[in-house]
Amino acid sequence: MILSMIDLTTLEGKDSPGKVKQLCYKAAHLHDQHPGLPTVAAICVYPNMVPVAKVALAGTNIKIASVATAFPSGMTTLSAKLKEVRFVVDAGAEEVDMVISRGKFLSGDLEFVGDEIYQVKNACGAAKLKVILETGELVTLDNVRRASDLAMNAGADFIKTSTGKINPCATPAVVLTMLEAVRDHYVQTGHRIGMKPAGGISTAKQGIQYLVMVRETLGQAWLTPDLFRFGASSLANDVLMQIIKQNQGNYQSSDYFSLD
Amino acid sequence: MTQSLHINKTYKLYIDGNFSRTESGRYIKWIDPKKKMIINFCRGSRKDFRNAVVSARSAFKAWSGRSAYNRGQIFYRIAEMLEGRKEQFISELILQGFTKKQSKKEVTLSIDRLVYYAGWADKYQQLFSRVNPVSSPYYNFSTPEPTGVVAAIAPDNSCLLGFLSVVVPAVVGGNTVVVLASESYPLCGITFAEVLHSSDVPGGVINIMSGRHDELIEQFSSHMDVNAIIYCGADSGHASMVEKNTALNVKRAVKYADQNWINPDAQGPYHIMKSQEIKTTWHPIGY
Repeated sequence: MILSMIDLTTLEGKDSPGKVKQLCYKAAHLHDQHPGLPTVAAICVYPNMVPVAKVALAGTNIKIASVATAFPSGMTTLSAKLKEVRFVVDAGAEEVDMVISRGKFLSGDLEFVGDEIYQVKNACGAAKLKVILETGELVTLDNVRRASDLAMNAGADFIKTSTGKINPCATPAVVLTMLEAVRDHYVQTGHRIGMKPAGGISTAKQGIQYLVMVRETLGQAWLTPDLFRFGASSLANDVLMQIIKQNQGNYQSSDYFSLD
Repeated sequence: MTQSLHINKTYKLYIDGNFSRTESGRYIKWIDPKKKMIINFCRGSRKDFRNAVVSARSAFKAWSGRSAYNRGQIFYRIAEMLEGRKEQFISELILQGFTKKQSKKEVTLSIDRLVYYAGWADKYQQLFSRVNPVSSPYYNFSTPEPTGVVAAIAPDNSCLLGFLSVVVPAVVGGNTVVVLASESYPLCGITFAEVLHSSDVPGGVINIMSGRHDELIEQFSSHMDVNAIIYCGADSGHASMVEKNTALNVKRAVKYADQNWINPDAQGPYHIMKSQEIKTTWHPIGY
């Protein structure tokens, strides 16, 4: 289940078309020695890599997610952000991961932040919008909750913890706060918003802890790739190693799995 | 003056540079031959072993990357620390049923062995490297390199000297080790961690476990992230299990069935080479 919820991610300045192609191959062929494994839900790349991923993933069900809006800082003008979003959607991204303007948020200009999310959502068209709160910069859990509510009311399809560039990334406390916001939003409006913890989740054990948290807070309905994702690059390999361990009985080595 | 309360030691595992209890919470009761004292030591689990291997793996790169000279210095430091704790180890050996004379000899030999291998740390490479004659325009040479993570089942009958004779050559050669201490005489192997802890040995380079050999040998030999296993013991069932499991990822297997660890042949650069791999390089010569 964890495998099918992963947004396999590469967001580095040194990303090349070759790296993205390799990632796309891995997304579809997690571990060919063990038949019957699912593919990951999506791959998550930078805007200029979307065309590469589009070609590499042709014929699979794997979605293409692109970060946009001047990821990871978000420090640019609204018109530039909207232009970037339209570019990635035109290039074939089915999901857009945007960042909120944390500076504006922390200075209390919630209206600006909400309006920005709303406009980005409009620019997305049919593409799903994931809103990254970057909880590591929001300082308090109160702020996390406020930002979650704001994003959901402004039209987010998913709320996501972090960019992965700032520590701390996803922590259990932050994720629980966001899950509770999602729950309350559902109770109030009847809309199911998705959740994506991202960054710092690298072991199967952490993955299971988050799944339990989702199950306990939101219930079974959220345990689907449509409503819950992991943003991670090395989680997949650890889960694979645990699956092979379960099957064969002995502990595994990363020497026998693909490089991230 | 009032008599102070006697404080008993808690015998713990040594994993990743920390004295940790076994995650399983299990323990083994050990009673000394004179039936005076009961000691509880950790009955390590496969999970502890797994954690130890993770730690050894992450320590490997830095440890094997250190200069050989520096590894020698650190081993000399270990010898210094053991020298300072001589009395403790002698009394532990006596408690485990050895005579005073035997115990003194065992500790002295152990210190000597540490110093001996400290000296070899930056010398075995020259001895076992070579330039190979090839009939083409290449400069062709072979050098020993550490194998990686070594799992060791320490000898059951020699709790300090045997333990060191197995662990030290592997670690001097740049490997990182997870070692299972003697089950019949658990004390010195476990407490040797106290010496390591004060000797500049980075955490994770030597991980020490205690527990049931019967239960753990399968895990030690089948772990895919272990590159070599040293098995000391004469149990044919264990030995064949080790042999079978090493085939899983082609581990290097070293076996000592009935080695006398006091003998001079129990030490030597060839013991270092048992956990080394030879890398051969073909370097083109331009014309």
